[in-house]
Amino acid sequence: MGAIYRREIGAFFTSSIAYTFLTVFFNVAGFFFTMNNLSAGATDLMGIFSMMFVASVIMIPILTMRLFSEEKKQRTEQGLLTAPVSLTGIVLGKYFAALTVYIIAASVVFFYGIIMSLFGTVAWMTLFSNFIAMVLVGAAFIAVGLFVSSLTENQVGAAVGGIVCLLVLLLSDLAAPRIQVEWIQKLLVDLSFYARYYEFTCGIFNLSSVLFFISTAVLFNFFTVRVFEKRRWS
Amino acid sequence: MIEVRHLTKHYGDKKAVNDISFTVHDGEILGFLGPNGAGKSTTMNMLTGYISSTSGQAIINGVDILEDPIAAKRNIGYLPEIPPLYLDMTVKAYLNFVYDLKKCRLPRRSHLKDVLTLCKVKDVEERLIRNLSKGYKQRVGLAQALIGNPPVLILDEPTVGLDPKQMVEIRTLIKRLGKNHTVILSSHILSEIQAVCDRVIIINKGVVAADDTATNLSDQVTTDHRVVARIEGEKAAVLQAIRTIPGIKYVRADMEREPGIWEFEMEAQPGQDIRRDINRIARENDWNILLLKTMEMTLEDIFLKITMGEQVEMNKKGGAQ
Repeated sequence: MGAIYRREIGAFFTSSIAYTFLTVFFNVAGFFFTMNNLSAGATDLMGIFSMMFVASVIMIPILTMRLFSEEKKQRTEQGLLTAPVSLTGIVLGKYFAALTVYIIAASVVFFYGIIMSLFGTVAWMTLFSNFIAMVLVGAAFIAVGLFVSSLTENQVGAAVGGIVCLLVLLLSDLAAPRIQVEWIQKLLVDLSFYARYYEFTCGIFNLSSVLFFISTAVLFNFFTVRVFEKRRWS
Repeated sequence: MIEVRHLTKHYGDKKAVNDISFTVHDGEILGFLGPNGAGKSTTMNMLTGYISSTSGQAIINGVDILEDPIAAKRNIGYLPEIPPLYLDMTVKAYLNFVYDLKKCRLPRRSHLKDVLTLCKVKDVEERLIRNLSKGYKQRVGLAQALIGNPPVLILDEPTVGLDPKQMVEIRTLIKRLGKNHTVILSSHILSEIQAVCDRVIIINKGVVAADDTATNLSDQVTTDHRVVARIEGEKAAVLQAIRTIPGIKYVRADMEREPGIWEFEMEAQPGQDIRRDINRIARENDWNILLLKTMEMTLEDIFLKITMGEQVEMNKKGGAQ
């Protein structure tokens, strides 16, 4: 796992992916920071967090798209799958590499906090819990993106597929009030990423939501392992 | 040691590999020969745990690849048909990655240096794999398989894309490695198998069509009763005379090799040596024999013969000689 993690981190930063991702992420976050805080003169960073949630839906699949699809295309997965490492080790190595880049990106909010603290009081605890929420959502989204990447050898296909999956997770919440069947409505609300994330931006640290995001991450990583397991046995 | 017992792989209804069994002993080099789609790569992929078998067992140094894949894979160095190279890494960084991936315990610097030198890629160690020629890529692929000094080496067409000089070098290297490793290699090049391997398995349509030493394979079908002769004389008369030799099965004028001098190809009954008869008719007719040799069957012939569906009876005793 360690070897794969180190290679992927290296690959992120020797290719343009990490730089593109970080640039776009910092730009989008910076834009909302300027609009919501600097121009408006407010120290409440909540606006940035709710906007970054939407931005992550589009950006995370770009981070994860090549992780497995590229391996398949270049036939390098044969090297990994015949090496003395477990499938779980392979999947988690890649997963944590993507998560690391994402955490580097998300950490920018502390920088904003420091800037705001020069002008007023910053609710550091809220900022910190929001950061945790962002990391948790990212952790779940990356697992989904990684799973989609393992299904195809086409990077663009993996990115588009990932965005669609995440959009479905995001939008199911909006569709819920329009659905008349009660149990479906309840299911959609319960599975809503946004509602859970929104709680965090309001400063509520809900342990069940933490578990929800972690379970999603575990579940999709498990699915990814199954994809390889199944391919081997078919 | 590699033991393969009744290994079978089905893709849907298609039987890619059908009930293959063989054993490779320590220090033996086994050659896999077969046309495209015969099941060579599929067999190798099953041996290395890349794909599972439908039924049967592959046991690497006493460990079943499906029961304890990680322990079995630790004993294998694998060079797949397309070397698993990360194009965005330098040779050195890549081999370091493989070293970590295999959880190698040998001293890192000296071991990597040995492998780099052995595969003759030391001079490109700082270059990106993307920019290497096919020959170099192939050698980096071989280097990758050698990392960790695994006792079993499985090489899928290791000399593809190399120039003739490099081919000889790699063959020599494999032969040297074969002294203290168990090696399976597949190839399309028959002379390569003949030069490198102790034993040859010919696979056709997913089944073992022949399993013997390279020399035995060619010996058993090498024949004294098939002769090529270059005779200086009138073509029709020579043909006529040869036909009078008792037991001759066929004769034909192959080619006019020198002006007015034809080469004749003929076959008599198995076990019958007709070289003296040819000398006799030449003397009688006052012709000159410029060349006389038995047609030896090369692995190429055997290969073609077997893969064309004509089974050579391998264990047939006293065929020729």
